[in-house]
This record gives sequence, structure tokens and C-alpha cells, in this order.
Amino acid sequence: MSVSALLTQLLAVAVSVLLAPLLSGWVMQCRAWLSNRSAAPIWQPYARIAKLLRKDAVLAHDATPLFRVVPYLLFGIMVVAAAIIPSLSTDLPFAQAADVIALVGLFALARVFIALAGMDIGTAFGSMGARRDMMVGFLAEPALLMVVFTSSLISGSTLLPTIAGFLQSQHLALHASLAFAAVAFVMVLLAENARIPVDNPTTHLELTMIHEAMVLEYSARHLALVEWASSLKLFNYACIGFALFLPWGMASHADGVLWLLVALPSLLLKLAAAGFGIALIETLSAKLRIFRDPEFLGTAFLLAVLGLLVRLMLSH
Amino acid sequence: MSALALFASAPAAAVSSAPGLHALPALPLSTQLIHLIAALLLLLSFAMLAQRRVVNLVNLFAAQGALLVASTVAVAYSTGDAELYQSAALTLLLKVIVLPLVLHRLIRRLHAEWDTETLVNIPTLQIIGIVLVIFSFVLAQPISRFAGEATRGTLGIALALVLLAFLMMIVRRKAVAQVVGFLAMENGLLFAATSATQGMPMVVEMGIGLDVLVGVFILGIFFFQIREQFDSLDLQHMETLKED
Repeated sequence: MSVSALLTQLLAVAVSVLLAPLLSGWVMQCRAWLSNRSAAPIWQPYARIAKLLRKDAVLAHDATPLFRVVPYLLFGIMVVAAAIIPSLSTDLPFAQAADVIALVGLFALARVFIALAGMDIGTAFGSMGARRDMMVGFLAEPALLMVVFTSSLISGSTLLPTIAGFLQSQHLALHASLAFAAVAFVMVLLAENARIPVDNPTTHLELTMIHEAMVLEYSARHLALVEWASSLKLFNYACIGFALFLPWGMASHADGVLWLLVALPSLLLKLAAAGFGIALIETLSAKLRIFRDPEFLGTAFLLAVLGLLVRLMLSH
Repeated sequence: MSALALFASAPAAAVSSAPGLHALPALPLSTQLIHLIAALLLLLSFAMLAQRRVVNLVNLFAAQGALLVASTVAVAYSTGDAELYQSAALTLLLKVIVLPLVLHRLIRRLHAEWDTETLVNIPTLQIIGIVLVIFSFVLAQPISRFAGEATRGTLGIALALVLLAFLMMIVRRKAVAQVVGFLAMENGLLFAATSATQGMPMVVEMGIGLDVLVGVFILGIFFFQIREQFDSLDLQHMETLKED
């Protein structure tokens, strides 16, 4: 492991952690513009995190230690995930530790902990949100795995940096299977990040909440970490999408450190486009009834499986 | 389709060759296009399977016809077969323009614009559909070895289109939806013909085209008879063929 690789790794994690609230702010800004409202400044999530960090935390009487630990765990898991996912460079020493299947497992771990925390206090909304979140998770995970398998089948590896590097090295071709997988991935991204067709991130109506219902009882620094972890999750998912489908502009092992000067602007460009895309989807679609979610995520699963099958059938 | 546009706009300068990674053999563009159209046809079949509203079903059928035209043109271009262009023109006229117009007119006359199917469990249907696709892929694997270079592998998809249309005819209860399923099955057969054997003789194709057209007219007359008899287009009523 060279020094430059280590530096790249550290830089990539730092960029992910620091830029994640910016992406959330950008999505919020786009949503406001698209619905003809005047937008809050793009650094509003940072201001909110700073404000929450200054406040005193309030805990319920019945809260167990688990409830206090979960925000730190969540944040930690998301930082580890950010270290595995290639965002700026495919030359990540730490990424060898876990492939993309383990990554899906990491996200599942985070979901289990936040669901436990939601049920910990014993309020009705918390456990309702936890149950709904587990349902969305159990529908979204197979679809995500199928998306990943489609890409792995093409590149012959389940390591994200290798997949991204392989796609970079290919001639430009029309991959029907990758297009299907990409659409399925966008649907999974929306579901996993509590975005509009499945959940509304800015809702104040408790009965329709999924993610928000689980974190209703958190305050101050705990809430700040939970929110930061949420935006980091969105950032991570966007970066998985780039690694699987749009790896161009990412630095590789041979390029050295200076290439990062190109990789960072291209990452920002891709994030801006992805953020706008998410905001557009959220503005154009209405929240589904919770009983329609299986249909939405079933379609994502179907698309991913079709991508896989088409790939198997058409490649010789 | 937006994802594809993104793929196509990737900067060529950024393509760097990483060590230890071999490049896939690049297929000719027309073959890639045929594969893409085949995949999209499959997708449309699933969309038709899951579509609840009859009007949208007819639109999806028209889109399927348009894709079929595109695939026929692509096969004609890659094989240099002039007769396939005529076949594509016939498909365009019949499947994209005339039949959807006739069906829309029928639906309007029957006041069935807002007809929906209520008893369809879509996730289960999708899973059955996936099983059918796997089945037809396995079935077509040994046969497709004899197909041409450009169309190898699309035979399985054509078979899947036929079976999915079958499934649609089985699960639907409304008469119009069943007819659309029948027409979609014919689309699948035509796709199989162009993909496996580079098209049928023109006489056969025109014969089938006319058959389908006449069939739709006759079924249209049936719709009115069925509705007159049972006051609805639900074919469930026809399962008990006894007077009370």
C-alpha cells in the first residue's frame, strides 16, 4: 500500500463526509425551485447540524443505552461505507476489505440498528416507523443485490473499484442490461433514502412517516448525527450509482495524485446532475400508499432480474 | 432511456485502460441495437402484464409495434434484405397505426375508457413472468445456435414475448384486454420470425396481417354482442354457459 493510495483513501472519506450535507442541501434547493418556492441556502443542512450540536440533548426516561449509541453507530457505518465506495478514485486500499455484497450488509446493519432505536422508546410512531422501514428494506435489498449482480456479471467482480475500473476501460457500447439495472437502482435509491414515491423526507404528518417516525425522539447531537448519517447514506448511494453506471472521470491506480484535480470537479458535476434528477423525480411523483410500495419495489426487482437475464441470454 | 443517453455521452478521452482488464469484443452497432430493442420489447411485455387500464394497454401495444418496426429495420439493415423493409412498412401501417386506432375507437364506442382490472395481483404476476422468461431462455438456448450472428440470442426473448402474452390472456378477465394479449402474442411471433429466420415470405406475412385485421374486426363485433348479452365485458360471465 503506497502513501499516495492511503492519502487518496483519506481524502475520499473526508470529501464524502463533508460534502454529504451539501448534496442534501442541493436536493432541497432544487425541490424548492421546481415547486416555485424560494429556496433555503445550499448550506442550510450544515447550519442545522451546527445548531443541533450546540443544543442540550433530551432523552426519554425509558431510553436504554442502545438508544444513545445508535446515532454514533449509524454515522460510523456510513463512514465505513464511504471508505469502501469509490467516489474520487478507484485506487482505494480499504475497499479490498469488503465487496459490494458486504456493503449491502452494512446498510442492512444500519437499518436494523435504527429500527431497534425506533422501537426502544416504546412510542407508537417509533415502532410503526420501524416496522415500515423493515418492510421497505426487505423489498429493496433483493432488488439492490440483483442490480449489483448484473454489473458483477459484466465485469466479473463484486469489488466496486474493479467494476468501476472495468467499465472505464471498455469501449462505449449499448448495454441494455445495464440500462435496466440503472433504472432499478434509481428506484431502490429512492426507497432506501426515504424519498418521495415511498416516503417523504420533509413530512410533518406522523401517520405517513417511515424514516422520520423512527427518529422522532432524537434531539440535539443525536439528531444531528442521525441527519448527517442520512445525507451520507444518500451520498453513498449516489456514489454506488456512479461506480456501477457512470465511472468516467474517476481516477485510477495509474493516474497518481494529480488526477484528483480532474476527479473532484467531475464528481461534483455528477452529484449536481444526480441531485437535480432526484429532485425532479420527487417533484413529479406523488407519495405512494404504503400498500403500493411492494408494487414499486417489485418493479425494481423485476427490472434488475430482467437486466440479469437479458445479459445472460444475449452474451455469447 | 435517460440512462442510455448518459452512457452514450461519456467522454471518450476519459476511457483509460486499467491493467489486467480485458476489453469485451465490440459487437456491431446494428447488433447492439437489435439486442437493445429485444430487451425493450421484453420490458414492454411486462408493462402490459402489469397495466390496469385498458386505454394504456392499447398505447403500450402500439409502442410494442413501433419497436417491432425498429427491430425489423435494424435486421434488414444488417442483412441487406430488401423484403424486410416492406415487412417493416406493413407492420408500421397495421400494428402502429390501424389496429391501435381501431381498438381506441372500439373502446370509445363501448364506453370502456375507464375499465380497470381489479383482481390482478401484480407482484405475483411479475414473478410468474420472470419464471416464464427463464423457461423460454432455457428452451431457446439450443435452437438459437443456428441463428444468424446479428440475431443470436433474441429467439429466447421472442419466445418469452409469446409466453408473456399468453399469460396476459389467461389472467385478464376483460374482453378488450384479452384481444390485446392476442395481438401481443402475434407481435412476439413476428419478432421470432424476423430474429430467427430473417422474416417470413411476403405472402405469408401479408396473409397473417390480414388475418389479424379481420380477426380484430370480428372480435369487435363480438364485444358488442357480449355486452348486449351480459351487460359487461367481463368474460367471467361466459364461463357458465347455462340459462338460469
